[in-house]
Amino acid sequence: MRSDPADFELIAPGTLQAVVSRLADEPGQWLPIAGGTDVMVQYAAGKLPARKLISIWNLTELQGIEVLPGEIRIGAGCTYTELGEHKVIAQEVPLLASAARWTGGIANQNRGTLGGNIVNASPAADSLPALLAYEAELIVVSVRGERRIPYLGFHTGYKKMNLAPDELIRAISLGRRFSGYLQYARKVGARDAQAISKVCIAALGRLRGGKIEDVRMALGSVAPVPLRLIEMEQMLKGKAVEPELLHLARETAAAAIEPIDDIRSTAKYRAAVAGNLVAEFLEHLRDSANTA
Amino acid sequence: MTGAHIIGKSVPRKEGRDKVTGAARYIDDMSLPGMLYGATVRSQIPRGIIKKISFGSQFDWSEFVTVTAKDIPGKNCIALIGDDQPCLADGKVNHPEEPILLLAHADRHVLRKAIEAVLIEYDALPAIFSIEESERRSQIVWGTDNVFKTFLIAKGDVDSVWEKADYIVEGEYTTGAQEQLYIENNGVIASFDRELGITVWGSLQCPYYVHKALMALCNLPAEKVRVVQAETGGAFGGKEDYPSMIAGHAALLAMKSGRPVKIVYDRLEDMTATTKRHPSRTHHRTAVSKEGKILGGEIDFTIDGGAYATLSSVVLSRGIIHAGGPYYWPNVRIRGKAVATNAPPHGAFRGFGAPQSLFAMERHMDRIAQVVGLSPVEIRRQNFLKPGQTTTTEQTVREEIDLGKLLDRALELSDYPAKKARFARQNTKGSVKRGMGIAAFLHGAGFTGSGERYLASVVGVEGCADGTVRVLVSSTEFGQGTNTVLCQIAAEALDLPYDCVAIAQVDTNQVPNSGPTVASRTAMVVGNLVRSAAIGARQTLTGGGLLSDSYSPEEFRAACRRHIAEHGELRSYARYEAPEGVFWDDEKYRGEAYASFAWAIYVAEVAVDLSTYSARVEDFVALQEVGRVLHPILAKGQIAGGVAQGIGFALYEKVVWQNGRMQNGQMTNYIMPTSADLPQLRVFFEEMGNVHGAYGAKGIGELPMDGPAPAIVNAIEDALGTRFDSIPLLPEDIFEAVFADGVTDGKTDGRR
Amino acid sequence: MTNTSENRGKCELALTVNGKSETVRVYPMERLLDVLRQELGLTGAKEGCGEGECGSCSVLMNGKLINSCLVPVLQAAGTNLTTIEGLAEGPQLSALQTAFLECGGAQCGICTPGMILASCHLLDKKPRPTLDDIREGLSGNLCRCTGYMQIFDAVMEAARRSPA
Repeated sequence: MRSDPADFELIAPGTLQAVVSRLADEPGQWLPIAGGTDVMVQYAAGKLPARKLISIWNLTELQGIEVLPGEIRIGAGCTYTELGEHKVIAQEVPLLASAARWTGGIANQNRGTLGGNIVNASPAADSLPALLAYEAELIVVSVRGERRIPYLGFHTGYKKMNLAPDELIRAISLGRRFSGYLQYARKVGARDAQAISKVCIAALGRLRGGKIEDVRMALGSVAPVPLRLIEMEQMLKGKAVEPELLHLARETAAAAIEPIDDIRSTAKYRAAVAGNLVAEFLEHLRDSANTA
Repeated sequence: MTGAHIIGKSVPRKEGRDKVTGAARYIDDMSLPGMLYGATVRSQIPRGIIKKISFGSQFDWSEFVTVTAKDIPGKNCIALIGDDQPCLADGKVNHPEEPILLLAHADRHVLRKAIEAVLIEYDALPAIFSIEESERRSQIVWGTDNVFKTFLIAKGDVDSVWEKADYIVEGEYTTGAQEQLYIENNGVIASFDRELGITVWGSLQCPYYVHKALMALCNLPAEKVRVVQAETGGAFGGKEDYPSMIAGHAALLAMKSGRPVKIVYDRLEDMTATTKRHPSRTHHRTAVSKEGKILGGEIDFTIDGGAYATLSSVVLSRGIIHAGGPYYWPNVRIRGKAVATNAPPHGAFRGFGAPQSLFAMERHMDRIAQVVGLSPVEIRRQNFLKPGQTTTTEQTVREEIDLGKLLDRALELSDYPAKKARFARQNTKGSVKRGMGIAAFLHGAGFTGSGERYLASVVGVEGCADGTVRVLVSSTEFGQGTNTVLCQIAAEALDLPYDCVAIAQVDTNQVPNSGPTVASRTAMVVGNLVRSAAIGARQTLTGGGLLSDSYSPEEFRAACRRHIAEHGELRSYARYEAPEGVFWDDEKYRGEAYASFAWAIYVAEVAVDLSTYSARVEDFVALQEVGRVLHPILAKGQIAGGVAQGIGFALYEKVVWQNGRMQNGQMTNYIMPTSADLPQLRVFFEEMGNVHGAYGAKGIGELPMDGPAPAIVNAIEDALGTRFDSIPLLPEDIFEAVFADGVTDGKTDGRR
Repeated sequence: MTNTSENRGKCELALTVNGKSETVRVYPMERLLDVLRQELGLTGAKEGCGEGECGSCSVLMNGKLINSCLVPVLQAAGTNLTTIEGLAEGPQLSALQTAFLECGGAQCGICTPGMILASCHLLDKKPRPTLDDIREGLSGNLCRCTGYMQIFDAVMEAARRSPA
């Protein structure tokens, strides 16, 4: 343990109002900590720059999954376990449920939160490609009230985001318009459980008359931020899935991503696997017409 | 007879209850009054001269206990074999993380900050990091030529075979470093008393190794050094010699401060600073007949020992003796070499050289099969050692082992023929390719050659007045079942219930030196001595007329009480005696290398997913002949655990090096298999007895480490048709090779 | 959340551990693992990695498995904690503990407390787990000794013995 607890402050004001007030009074001074599965690792390694932390664990205002007529609203404090076990999430936005189930092990799923995953903004975060594919919106809160922003574009660079120093993510909103889509997610890590992803994909698509009517695709661990493949989607719309299209899709993916060599993997590997996952998704999409 | 037939039964683990209730006390669970914490300032460079040591002004350094090389009362070395490794660097460093200076303080957190505040300035020297660099000798980092040790095994007339050969098959095979990754990090507590001397409690395998090292380091006589083993959370060889270093550090701080000192590493320090499996490179050149028979060959086996000699000569020895596998070599030349690099010294890890050389041998057999046009099954059948034939060291195989039959059974258990055929059909389509791979091997238990004679192990069995019996050994429990098996053996020999026998805590003040807990020798060699000592105790009582030949536990208790009343104690000792007619020539490296070999055939079924280039073991059969299964659950547990480590060695565990320092020293980035990564590991035994082992047992602790990696890589080659000669074999490596070969997934354009 | 403190020092926190009320005076950022081990003397939870990978620190917090090395003690205030020391009832071991003993589920024992609690948590959710359920449920607890096989046997056996 390479940090001295005596050097740190941790407060738990207990309500969302109290938390955002504190953040407004002393902007940039207090690091919010929810389940701690990222912050506490840095802390134990002696690598946490912050010295003052404010607990948002167990705040009722950040909990719960509300199923409303047009949206599913997920409290930012929802744990991966809660996401993975929720029936409507599993039925309507299954890519998020599978991402939740393959993040860490059970113990970390009981503590890690969706909000935490977003603001920790690891390029390898498991849930974020699913949020991009589902065109999530974030409900962000501060003393100034709430604002609703598209998740797309929230991450402006490596660990940089569209969040003021006194803001918290309150909830994540997903539409309920994805039944009827073929849904596909895959995570590639160093082992089958408890692995940081080397590449991951979340994708959904719909065919009509054998051609791609609509498609959303997002990749993780291949760029400084989770990546929605907008150009790929434009390119694919209206086309039939044939060998030439798969080849073009691979090239389009390769052009969109910026994978790196790091301690876990290589850029070349990541690029190759990303291409394979894209192709695999499109093949599944093509084959879904046969079972429709 | 209450005690009969305990051997072969899965009796309860002696210390099991404490382990499942959280009562077991490991080093970091213990503290002593007035205890300080100790920590180590380590080199940040791989090689250089220490120019200056400065202490940051933010601390009052008088609050700390500080120890440097100058404070060492005795010899500044970790006494082991060659004594070249300093306890603390004195002016020069030869590897990253080399210990330079020690600090102690009552507050763990303050100590941590203080470590960061000691600044060392160096004049860096050029450093070397690979076997090839070491061989080039552009930098000499050890001795006169960077070579710790060489060995030569020569049998027959190798030079004559080349012209008779129908085929000459060559191959080069490499294995990487592997971290033991015991879940409990290294830790010790030391205390010093002017009268009693040094006492060390530690997470360790070999208390008498530590004892010897502390005597030399602290300049104390034997009776003023006491080493006690605490409950140890895994070891696998990683706590064979390293504890002498950490114990030395704690002892020095305790001596200087007069207070007890605890040193416990965190995961990062343990991974980056302590020993790992030796990386290896093996070159095979083999002359083969058109029937597939090995006529002879040359094997060059080289290991990277890191910066100091430590155990490298012994790892090298075992590696070359196993290098020929379970095959008949009429002619062979095996050259072994251990070289120096500027990495933290490599050390013992389950298998100890054999997993490295056997990986090469078993990959090479598949290579020979391809060249000759035989199957992996047939090539092995053609060459298996038979009773009456001699090994590469000219040891005659005296037991009636039938490796062909063992192979048959393994093939049946793994459904090998049917799966091979099915996979060959299925692999033409789809992105998942499957393959089957075989590894045939042997493992010699006990110390090599005259090693056991040199160790001269002693074991005691004590009868107590309450009729219980205590086993007195320095053999340690660290999960493999030492406590249980040795008590089982004593109970069997004494015809007493298992519950009547206990094992004394391993404390050098209380127990004799039964040798180190290594080399798969504990059940076989030490167990045999326990049996002898127990029989001796029994004979003392029966011979003294206190006990008849057949008795109840109550009668035994009465006899003990009477004997003790008259003689003060009932203790029987047994000392190792080398078997008759067994010879070993240390000069020529020829003769009976091991008292007995266990034999094994492992079969792996592997699936490679070409969309992710990941290999996964889908089924694994581990079949071995082990003499006698003393305790079925413990034996199965040893094999399953060893196979899991072998799977890690092959597919998951990569040490990422940069300038001699491990970069991925955390569990997040050093990948060992989880429960989700392994298939059912199917373990099977055969028992043909062993005259040299307790109740016929052979040592099995390390055996399971030798087979998985080559079986798996053989299976991957079978699946993909691509050669892989190096482990660990990660998806990135499979990708590179597949990309180069242009292997497609048969469906879409899987080629990049 | 009760017992909040805005001072730079220690605070008094109340926790229930193995059914017993405890009060500790600690820095809020102390790790729950360290508080259990050092303040409360409950050394069953171990530090194997310090980063939530090995699971040897895992305990149950309000019935949920968590890695105590990643929990600041302030967040555990007011919760019900179960550690390995709380499983046995006096001399009577739980079904899981007995099964681990009988099936070889514990070798060196260092992962065992966390592994047993993870198994507890699994069986609470899935009283009749399949082998795959067990593989997944224990995938956050690393064992270097057993290769997991006999741990699976122990969990299956404990499940078999529990009343339907």
